[in-house]
Amino acid sequence: MVEKTRLLTIFDILTFIFMLVAIGLVFFYAPVEEIMGQVQKVFYFHVANAWVGMLGFTVAAVMGGIYLWKGERKWDIAGFAAIEISFVFFLVAIISGSIWARPAWNTWWTWDPRLTTASIVELIYAAYLLLRRGVDDPNRRARFSAVYAIFGFLSVPLTFISIRLLRTIHPVVVGGADPSAQGGFNMTGPMKATFFFSLFAFSVFFVDLLWHRIRLGKLQEKIENLRWHKN
Amino acid sequence: MFAHFKSYLQAVGAIIWKDMAAEFRSRELLSAMLVFALLVILIFNFALELDISTRSSVTAGVLWVTFAFAGTLGLNRSMASEKDRGCLDGLLLAPVDRSAIYFGKAIGNLLFMLIVEIIVLPVYSVLYNINLLQPGLILVILLGSIGYVSVGTLLATMAVQIRTRDIMLPILLFPLAIPVLIAAVKASDGFLQGFPLADIMTWLNLLIVYDIVFITIAFMVFDYVVEE
Amino acid sequence: MIAVRNLIKRFGPKIVLRQLNFNVEAGEFVGLLGPNGAGKTTFLRILASLSRPEGGRVHIAGFQLPSQAAQVRRRLGVVSHQPLLYDDLTAEENLWFYGRMYTLLDLKPRAEEVLRLVGLHPQRKDLVRTFSRGMCQRLAIGRAVLHNPDVMLFDEPHTGLDQDASAMLDTVLSEIAARGRTVVMTSHDLARVADLASRFDVLSRGKIVTSGTREEVGGDNLLRFYRQAVKGGD
Repeated sequence: MVEKTRLLTIFDILTFIFMLVAIGLVFFYAPVEEIMGQVQKVFYFHVANAWVGMLGFTVAAVMGGIYLWKGERKWDIAGFAAIEISFVFFLVAIISGSIWARPAWNTWWTWDPRLTTASIVELIYAAYLLLRRGVDDPNRRARFSAVYAIFGFLSVPLTFISIRLLRTIHPVVVGGADPSAQGGFNMTGPMKATFFFSLFAFSVFFVDLLWHRIRLGKLQEKIENLRWHKN
Repeated sequence: MFAHFKSYLQAVGAIIWKDMAAEFRSRELLSAMLVFALLVILIFNFALELDISTRSSVTAGVLWVTFAFAGTLGLNRSMASEKDRGCLDGLLLAPVDRSAIYFGKAIGNLLFMLIVEIIVLPVYSVLYNINLLQPGLILVILLGSIGYVSVGTLLATMAVQIRTRDIMLPILLFPLAIPVLIAAVKASDGFLQGFPLADIMTWLNLLIVYDIVFITIAFMVFDYVVEE
Repeated sequence: MIAVRNLIKRFGPKIVLRQLNFNVEAGEFVGLLGPNGAGKTTFLRILASLSRPEGGRVHIAGFQLPSQAAQVRRRLGVVSHQPLLYDDLTAEENLWFYGRMYTLLDLKPRAEEVLRLVGLHPQRKDLVRTFSRGMCQRLAIGRAVLHNPDVMLFDEPHTGLDQDASAMLDTVLSEIAARGRTVVMTSHDLARVADLASRFDVLSRGKIVTSGTREEVGGDNLLRFYRQAVKGGD
């Protein structure tokens, strides 16, 4: 346990450094965008945030699958941790997106594909967390969570496609030659660098939090076991 | 090998027969779903203040919201009746593959949902003077219901084993069923407004993909949801 | 017939069955006794293939659980305290349903035979909803013997029955036992089991702490035997 903690501490420091660098890049390196000014910088955090939010689901579904296959509790703890963290990340992403939307599109909310899908994913996460609350037997809870995570994960692309086939005004930064999309903007070199580094830093942040949360989960389980055996 | 398959089908058939026979006696489930569906349509009438011009554009949406809610009711009741008398154990004791239970219940649920839909369509047609008895629409209702019920049956099996059982099913089901609802509404709307088939095909394809993906997955994981 | 070795079952951090050993020869009628919460129902559910063992080995009729569960189920008949019957179907419809699930041949004649066995033939076309608790239990037993299982598991079948119904149940049970089936019956009502079983095992705190045959223990000694076992169990 000691060995891991030291490794974790190193990782914590790395995360901290990366995030600092990312913030620095965003505020000092990347140029200020003409039309929207400083507010545009929210974009770097926002997309990275959303990206990480999606990551959580993927991780949880994979963990869930492994749990169903192997039956070891640690996979369940990992899946739960991933979704918990992603839930928060996505919430931040949605809110930060809203902050950007106001000056950019003159509205706090739109029903465009990405945003709508994000809210639905958020609701699936919430449903997952509620599901866990309602089951007492740890084994059953783990199984149900795994199954639901897999279902949720599979539904997201379908959800996204179905909503995307309706209209969109969300800037299509990646993979968009969609003529019906409005409000895109081009990224210059430094912007691109900042953007990708931001993505990277947030991913590291996610992994760091995940690691901590898993550790916490394992400790919790240890306590449960000890408390039981004391009786 | 063939005998194995035959007993599998027999089990699936037996479950469907059992649900139909029991329901035919008591008619509790169907009447509840039907009354509920009609109430929802009634509420929409007042909530949306549908005049003749807007009516045709919202019909698809109103129909599918109605079906979704009524469907949830049916799913819940169907699985609850197994759980309450311990009958789920009875099913699990049978020497058949667990997935037979899934298919048996799912098809039963589908039939219930279809029965309700078949009754609602003419009623709605009469109330709002729109012809809903078109083959295209029937197809969409079939595909959409299949998707909804496949996921719903599995989730209902989970929900029924949870403390907060009645609330859990809609919470679990609705976010996952969004693709079905969107595709079904758009396709239904397409048929009602007389759009060319080429436009509607996208939505129909989406429905078919959803159905296939989720039936497959549900079939694969059902074991984990019923075992202990 | 039944061989259990070092069975372990947990419920989260709580260990319900700890390295339980249990062996039953063909044709034995074992009364499984124990205080509430000892794990009798959990154990029976594992034997019934409804619950998975977490450690140890379970073999029934030569097949292992959980890997060969389907084969085991075919040879198993289970009666729990819930009747596992459908209210809106008649007695014979219930049997037809289960018969189909077990792919029985000659379903209808067999169902009739079973109904006569448990004394419910006159009520065969009545809805189970109208049955008393005693009648439900008898029909439940009928459901359990329908496919001629080698092994039968009863989990406190006398629960909720009045004197007459209990007596009727006993008659049915002895008849079943007489046909050479292997039976395991749990109960915390010693009087009930005393006359039926050929052997008594006591499950206390997750283990079988003692076992004794009818000759060794029977009659008035049973209560003392039981009390001693429960107190002495580790």
